[in-house]
Amino acid sequence: MSGHESTYKPNTGIEKWLDARLPIVRLVHGSFVDFPTPKNLNYWWTFGGILAVCLMTQIITGIVLAMHYVPNTEMAFASVERIMRDVEYGWLMRYIHANGASMFFLAVYIHMFRGLYYGSYKAPREISWILGVVIYLLMTGTAFMGYVLPWGQMSLHGSAVITSLIGSLPLIGEPIQIWLQGAPSIGNATLNRFFSLHYLLPFMIAGVVILHIWAFHTTGNNNPTGVEIKDPKKDAVPFHPYYTVKDGFAIIVFLMIFAGFVFYAPDVLGHADNYIEGNPLKTPAHIVPEWYLLPFYAILRAITFDIGPIPAKLGGVFAMFAAIAVLFIIPWLDTSKVRSLRYRPLARQFFFGFVFVCLMLGVAGASNPDDVVIPTGGDKLRYEASFEGTAERDAIKAVAASHDGKFSASKGVATVMFDDYHDATEFAEAAGIEEKPAVYHPGVKWLLVTQILMFCYFAYFFLVLPILGLVERPKDEPESIAKSIHHKEPTEGSAIPAE
Amino acid sequence: MKVIKAFVAGLALVGLSAPAAMAAGGAKPLHDGETHLPEWTFSGPFGKYDKDAVQRGFQVYTEVCASCHGMKLLSYRNLGEHGGPFDKGDAEVTDALVKEFAAQYTVNEVDDIGDIVERPARPSDRFVDPYPNVQAAAAGNGGAAPPDFSVIAKARHGGADYIYRLMTGYPDPEEIVDGIIEFNDEHSHGELTQPAGLYYNPYFAGDTKENWSGDPRHAPYGGFIAMPPQLTDGRVEYLDGTESTREQLAADVAEFLAWASDPKMENRKSLGLGVMIYLFFLALIVYFSYKQIWRNVEH
Repeated sequence: MSGHESTYKPNTGIEKWLDARLPIVRLVHGSFVDFPTPKNLNYWWTFGGILAVCLMTQIITGIVLAMHYVPNTEMAFASVERIMRDVEYGWLMRYIHANGASMFFLAVYIHMFRGLYYGSYKAPREISWILGVVIYLLMTGTAFMGYVLPWGQMSLHGSAVITSLIGSLPLIGEPIQIWLQGAPSIGNATLNRFFSLHYLLPFMIAGVVILHIWAFHTTGNNNPTGVEIKDPKKDAVPFHPYYTVKDGFAIIVFLMIFAGFVFYAPDVLGHADNYIEGNPLKTPAHIVPEWYLLPFYAILRAITFDIGPIPAKLGGVFAMFAAIAVLFIIPWLDTSKVRSLRYRPLARQFFFGFVFVCLMLGVAGASNPDDVVIPTGGDKLRYEASFEGTAERDAIKAVAASHDGKFSASKGVATVMFDDYHDATEFAEAAGIEEKPAVYHPGVKWLLVTQILMFCYFAYFFLVLPILGLVERPKDEPESIAKSIHHKEPTEGSAIPAE
Repeated sequence: MKVIKAFVAGLALVGLSAPAAMAAGGAKPLHDGETHLPEWTFSGPFGKYDKDAVQRGFQVYTEVCASCHGMKLLSYRNLGEHGGPFDKGDAEVTDALVKEFAAQYTVNEVDDIGDIVERPARPSDRFVDPYPNVQAAAAGNGGAAPPDFSVIAKARHGGADYIYRLMTGYPDPEEIVDGIIEFNDEHSHGELTQPAGLYYNPYFAGDTKENWSGDPRHAPYGGFIAMPPQLTDGRVEYLDGTESTREQLAADVAEFLAWASDPKMENRKSLGLGVMIYLFFLALIVYFSYKQIWRNVEH
């Protein structure tokens, strides 16, 4: 699994016997013991090891949970609570598994942003990057199906929203939706297949992880300078003990954060509604996915208009899938020859802007699109009345004007806004309107903010990455990793140009 | 302000404390205001349930709530487990109390010749629901089935705080004349008409605009709940002699429901302390190993 010759020397008879038949110890030795690793990797590089720990944790706790869980809509919710109450340390297993999913995503997002910042996707590491995106895709699928299993209100209605997305595809959508659900609607058949797939996918992830490691061990690790290893003696150290101990330290610190959630705030990342047993007849006021899928949920809801022949709902689905699909082609969208953003000051600004956009998309995903973000003036009272002909319109306008109302009209409907409640009631009396006025919140709504953020998200990939590489003037890269350490800059990313 | 709030929420999201940002929207219940919350002993990293409060709360539950709200995910034996209302420190006393309590209820059983017979419930039985099915529960309560209480503190934003506020949040009965409540405070001036069979509560998610006489921008917070106010001074005569005020009853029942929703909380926090101490020292050892191993490598 590595591009270099293993220095493994079998010593005992048994080792020699095995090595001649299945050189598995040699393989592991070459990949995780004497593998030449750049000596300048910083703590952002420890997240690969952290992710391996996350995957193992999820698989082990998941296997135990599966021994007690019942995949049946009548019993699933109660079986989860039985795990929490009656299974020895069942509460621990479940809280580790549920919070472990969040920790897994936290680590994978940091790992991906690290790859973006240091250009780890660029030649010759395109395959490593693409396999990473495949792992991420499998993770989202696994996490989504896992969230359905407790059969709470969010489980049930969240899965209904997501599977109905696929149903919006023309022609093939509905048959695929029914095939996925196992029935025309979400029910026991859906829960059973989601459980089956939720158990299967992690092992597929583990398989792709092996390919992922194989790929970047063939090309060698990237590093914060983006400059390849020239002389392994000067630029690299063996993986063990140098990185086993550094990764080990980072993993323990990460586990402390993990344990903080598991033991002291186990439900803080979840939604209270998922502790209400799923009821198909009662839809929650606000359906939201888990936090790690919120940016994509925001993009899904941002398309509220038809694009030519594509209806809005389908447009949202396309936009959401495009937001993930674009990650696959990043290696070819970025035109810069320089890997690390350390030497691309302008690109670094855009990168931090992009991180901010992603975070804000997460906030947008958690917010109601119709809520006002930036209010422009106080709330107003609004009456609407339909009219026929200009005479009627002018009559309404005159009454509105005499009560300080702001009049506007379009397509036969007059809208009158009031600041003052007494003006509004007097107007209603004069105009013969019996209903109460509606409350209108003037201001910029989340929907518009989300649409702008979505534009920025795609613009980063389709405008910034291709154009910046052609127009910017990067700083000089160091000659080698060893030299970059020798002529260390005062702080990473400082304004002082490299020598 | 809202933008800043949204941004802080965004940072909180990154810092992984998302629920603030994910609080359910739509309804606009009152969140703070004048309610003076009890000081829960169970909050914080070393928090434990107040045993006496759990016992009193259990009394409130059985005497007031249990006639409508079931707890079908609990078994009677749970009441005698660690921190439960019958956990008296003496296994024999506890077992006897649990047995006696369970025996008040009857469950159906198929006997040796296939007849369905009734027998008293045993500690191993699940709590018997007050209604035979959800339809009966809804029909008996004006169309709204009372929610199950097994995990209620975890199933509501705010948990025990919410339960306390809801139970003490109803307006005083004297303020309600023919179903009409008059408001004259900083936020609202006007009259609120309670729909038939529903009761106004500022902490219950809902919308009051339709039933509000005044400016809809200043309609009272909260909504209408199908449950009439339950806790009044003296409603329960406490076995331990504690004065039975509305606030005391609400705080105790909230404490009991918090225990019922999360009975392993004390085990969790005490194990967590050990885990944290272990990880801290392990981190120290590994950190110094790291420094030692890398001491001759320029990096």
